[in-house]
Amino acid sequence: MATLTEQPGGPSPSPIDPAAARENAQRVLRRKKITAGIGKRIFLVVISVIFLIPLLWMLSTALKSTGDLSKVPPPIIPQHWAWSNFKEVFKQLPFGTFYLNSFWITLLTTIGSVASNFIVAYGFSCIEWRGRDKVFYLVLGTLFLPFPITLIPMFDMFARLHWINTYLPLVVPAFLGSAFFTFLLRQFLLQIPRDNLDAARIDGASEWRILWQIVAPMARPALGAVAIFSAVGAWNDFLGPLIYLQDNAHMTLSIGIQSFQQANGNVPYNLLMAGSLMIILPLVILFFIFQRYFIRGITMGSFK
Amino acid sequence: MADTLQAQAPSAGRRREPRKPMSPREKQNMRRGLLFLTPWAIGFLVFIAYPLVYSIIISFTSYTGMNHAKFIGWDNYKSLFTDPLVGQSIGNTLFYAVLAVPIGLVVSVLLALAMNRNVKEVAWYRTALYVPSLVPVFAMSFIFVVLVNPQYGIVNKVIEAFGGGNVNYLAEPTSAKVVIVVMAQLGAGNAALIFLAGLNNIPQTLYEAARIDGANPWQSFTKITLPLLTPAILFNLITGISGGLQVFTQAYIMTGGGPDNGTLFYMYYLYKNAFSYAQLGFASAMAVALFLFGMLLALLVFWVTRRFVNYDASAA
Repeated sequence: MATLTEQPGGPSPSPIDPAAARENAQRVLRRKKITAGIGKRIFLVVISVIFLIPLLWMLSTALKSTGDLSKVPPPIIPQHWAWSNFKEVFKQLPFGTFYLNSFWITLLTTIGSVASNFIVAYGFSCIEWRGRDKVFYLVLGTLFLPFPITLIPMFDMFARLHWINTYLPLVVPAFLGSAFFTFLLRQFLLQIPRDNLDAARIDGASEWRILWQIVAPMARPALGAVAIFSAVGAWNDFLGPLIYLQDNAHMTLSIGIQSFQQANGNVPYNLLMAGSLMIILPLVILFFIFQRYFIRGITMGSFK
Repeated sequence: MADTLQAQAPSAGRRREPRKPMSPREKQNMRRGLLFLTPWAIGFLVFIAYPLVYSIIISFTSYTGMNHAKFIGWDNYKSLFTDPLVGQSIGNTLFYAVLAVPIGLVVSVLLALAMNRNVKEVAWYRTALYVPSLVPVFAMSFIFVVLVNPQYGIVNKVIEAFGGGNVNYLAEPTSAKVVIVVMAQLGAGNAALIFLAGLNNIPQTLYEAARIDGANPWQSFTKITLPLLTPAILFNLITGISGGLQVFTQAYIMTGGGPDNGTLFYMYYLYKNAFSYAQLGFASAMAVALFLFGMLLALLVFWVTRRFVNYDASAA
């Protein structure tokens, strides 16, 4: 390598005018850069469009009037923009009820999961005690436990408690910690300097106060990631509501539409897509506001 | 992961010494630490330990959820081999996983490379490629029902434009599974972000050194990028396999397990046994079998990839 770097850098006698040569080289380089950029961009635009086609088709179908929908072949861009479809979804299906149910379950799950995992992760990181890391291995072990194995016993248990067709089976477990979020928060809390905590302890602050007044503000990015992930998880959950919720008054968006279709026949596709759009919209908005937390959460889980 | 755990356990060598009795302060810390763990401890006992044991116990019984569970020995496990639908659901699941997992890895690596391109507006491409991963599986299933519909969808329109025929892909067992495999690729963004983080961890000096040594881009990719991405590949492979074996929602919404049980995946059949046929004992046996198979497969993957996975770069 050393020899290689010496060669091109060394002053070599050249018959060509150095200034012209440099200019020429720069022009070639610039042209190369532009064409390389174009190649890259064509590729990037094409795959981006391919990935967005399903969403664009959803948008286009959601805005089609009944007339546009029945045209063969279907128009790519709707001829009459049927904004009323979004209102129709609420009229023809109990969509508002589904939406509110999903909202409440998501909100409660998120609160529970942030609070409980923060408290547990604090016990695993900010307090030193004998055997702590051995117990933490147990948490890590459960991280790899596939959920189907606990599915049936949990259903049986909740049935005995008469919790079926209530929010409780979906919400209560969130208040009791989860391996993944505890792990994620612990990794973050371990980076907080011990001195800050010890200083507060010497001043007589209780662990509970340190947790909420000192550690919580510092851990905001990690808590944000946990909040977003549990919110998205609850909003997207399908199997949980499918098993535990039974009538329309309690159903979430994930299972409500399907169950409505099974009972009343298929929902027209323009309304189905308008509904889907409204299901996805909060997620997309959340993503654009909290992009950094999303990305940190996804990558933190795999690397640290 | 291993690093931080070791850093937190400096007493590895000291452990063999006789344990000193805890000072009052240590005892206090212990009490406090355990107090903070209470939510997890309750959750662990109620939602993990108890269900795990209970699953295994009722897998040896005939149980509908209403009756008194009756011990029937290995009968449920024997039925796993005699029930033709178990065999078919395993076949369907393996068909899906064998296609979706490797294709998913390739697609997500390609996405990560695309997201890592050195152009000014790369943030736009990243967003475009990631946003479909935000769509919940159930909603993406609704979208695909419309997308591949012979009358209302754009897929058939495009294929017809290239001279193909108009086909209802969800009406044929194999093509219905292929649709579900293709649909899974739209969610490759999450894995791609993990690969992207992996790419950013690779020191640029390695590429510069390789270029100076005359390596072409393909050589740089196979000799630097891929080996140093192996930890991320392993992670995505394991989560991909685990997710692939549990595929369910798509079939429930798009095909109802049909046609001809062609999308009756293992989890779907398990769900049906438990919640439609009230065969909780048999469904538990299916769950235990899935659990053991998943664990064995994960161990096998770890064992096979042991020699290939390179943790040096992520540390560097």
